[in-house]
Amino acid sequence: MREPVLEIKNFHVDYGLGADAVQAVRDVTLTLHRGEVLGLAGESGSGKSTLAYGVTRLLPPPGVISGGSVVYHSPGGSYDVMTLTDAELRKFRWAETSIVFQGAMNSLNPVHKISTQMLDVIKAHEPDLSPQARTARAAEMLKLVGISADRMDAYPHQLSGGMRQRVMIGMALVLQPQIVIMDEPTTALDVVMQRQILAQLVELRERLGFSVLFITHDLSLLVEFSDRIAIMYGGRIVEEARSSDLYKDSLHPYSEGLLKSFPALRGPRRELSGIPGSPPDLRGMPTGCSFHPRCPHAFDRCSTDIPLLATPSSRNDPTRSVACWLPGRTPVA
Amino acid sequence: MTVTDTEVVLEAEGLTKHFPVRRGVRDLLSKDRKVVHAVDDIQLTLRRGRVTALVGESGSGKSTVARLLAQLYGRTSGDIRLHGDSVTVRGGRRFRAYCRRVQMIFQDPFASLNPTHTVRYHLTRALKIHGRAGTSAAELEENLRDLLLRVQLTPPERYLDKFPHELSGGQRQRVSIARALGADPEALLADEPVSMLDVSIRLGVLNLLRDLKERLNLAILYITHDIASARYFADETLVMYAGRMVEGGSSETVTQNPAHPYTRLLIESAPDPDRLDRVGDPREAPEDEAGGEPPSLIAPPSGCRFHPRCIHAMPKCSTELPPRFELSSNQWAACWLYEEAAR
Repeated sequence: MREPVLEIKNFHVDYGLGADAVQAVRDVTLTLHRGEVLGLAGESGSGKSTLAYGVTRLLPPPGVISGGSVVYHSPGGSYDVMTLTDAELRKFRWAETSIVFQGAMNSLNPVHKISTQMLDVIKAHEPDLSPQARTARAAEMLKLVGISADRMDAYPHQLSGGMRQRVMIGMALVLQPQIVIMDEPTTALDVVMQRQILAQLVELRERLGFSVLFITHDLSLLVEFSDRIAIMYGGRIVEEARSSDLYKDSLHPYSEGLLKSFPALRGPRRELSGIPGSPPDLRGMPTGCSFHPRCPHAFDRCSTDIPLLATPSSRNDPTRSVACWLPGRTPVA
Repeated sequence: MTVTDTEVVLEAEGLTKHFPVRRGVRDLLSKDRKVVHAVDDIQLTLRRGRVTALVGESGSGKSTVARLLAQLYGRTSGDIRLHGDSVTVRGGRRFRAYCRRVQMIFQDPFASLNPTHTVRYHLTRALKIHGRAGTSAAELEENLRDLLLRVQLTPPERYLDKFPHELSGGQRQRVSIARALGADPEALLADEPVSMLDVSIRLGVLNLLRDLKERLNLAILYITHDIASARYFADETLVMYAGRMVEGGSSETVTQNPAHPYTRLLIESAPDPDRLDRVGDPREAPEDEAGGEPPSLIAPPSGCRFHPRCIHAMPKCSTELPPRFELSSNQWAACWLYEEAAR
């Protein structure tokens, strides 16, 4: 087992306060190991982005972190991100954990050159570095993501969508963080560009050794690109496994339904049905397992008791866990 | 290239659309007027009870084709024929008469329904405009129920007085399909009807469209960027690149046995979990000479528009535009690689 770099424990996020609060993330426990790509999949409203913003304490009000701890292990020591002061948090962000936001192409400032924006980051975090060294660092990073140094003085509108996305990835990596969180980084791109950027990301990860938390709704992409996958539904993680295990032998009915929602490009043509019903409304979550109204295998217990994430009794494999009441999927007694 | 020989509903030949580029002060005096070559020389046939998919990346002109067919844009040249008769309408009564037969479904159900009106209002309006509301209130009610039942929103009473924000994405898209069906059309132009929906409900909407096509004998144009869903849903698939069609044929042939280098690149790039099992490095990016950048449509490449990115490009590709080469009875490709094979 590789050493953990980020341990999320019993994490809760609410939107709003008091009785009207909507619980967006409930009791999430998740570990990111050094150098791995952990995929987080789920539908819109399942809480995957909220989890990412909560973990980095970037959640805007009315979002409230109502419980749990996030322990970050750096080579210099471990600490809980939730207890950091504002000044410490400022150092932690970007230098230790960086984020590539959803629609990252539009998160560049249109009135500044990309060089200015990159140099700003280095200047803020490493003020001792000489201007020449900063420029050299920025140029080197852009080269790593496949943009030649003579484009450094371009404005964002002079670059194509794919190039802007590369700049964003370069900016996220410029301080060599341990963790990069990517929130739907390629959703707005075409498939050809998407594949090239992801291939580059995998290559960079091998060279620089950072860990990636990759958030997307496209499960077929995750199966191909990530080492492990966690699937979220209604604010909880319902299954966690290595990607190949999840693809070949998914245990939770929701993961199974999600995998069957992607028409195959190769192999026999099958009749597919998707998952009946609609995603749950966070304001009125079903009792028990939140998936039970849409689940084809639901039985009495599903509507009353909440299943907990644990290693299933039928698979003696500590890397797997599932939250389901079906026979063989409940924890070892 | 015909897949079957059912009745032709809508046909396009040599369809071309160029958008003028706004001229700056500096080029006010120059003679050449720049245009965006959004769509060039499109040939397309929609048949009763058939789904034709139009696949392409963003900016390839696929939505422009749908808007041209819906007569929302005037065309630069070419012809659109409804049951063999050439039609050009610019608003007014004739446009409504055309709309009655050719309806469009838009990509974003969050934007295409008016948030201040109920489902009942949206559907009633469609029925009234197209003269299918009936003569009495009871008849209208019956027609409304009927529409909602058709798109599987049951029981209809539960949905009729809902506002769009009270519905989920899938339900909203079903309402906009019902609205299109309110005109009792012969052809449906669906512009990315599922790309804004959650993954788990996309197939539900696609299966509904397929079911409607069979029951109502509709001709459907399915526009998408997801070639796997085209294989699943469409009988015929056409691939567009930079405003031109590069390949077409039965969906199964085009996706399993792609001929044009661009189609191959598109299929290679699509996420595919089965790649895990294949030998070699599964993460290797497919070959592409231009790093995934489509060309500028203001000054498109001469000859084949794909040649700057193509790994098989020959000298001829940059000078001469490849015509369609028939590869078999149900596949064609516009690529010079098949010049010999087609003879």
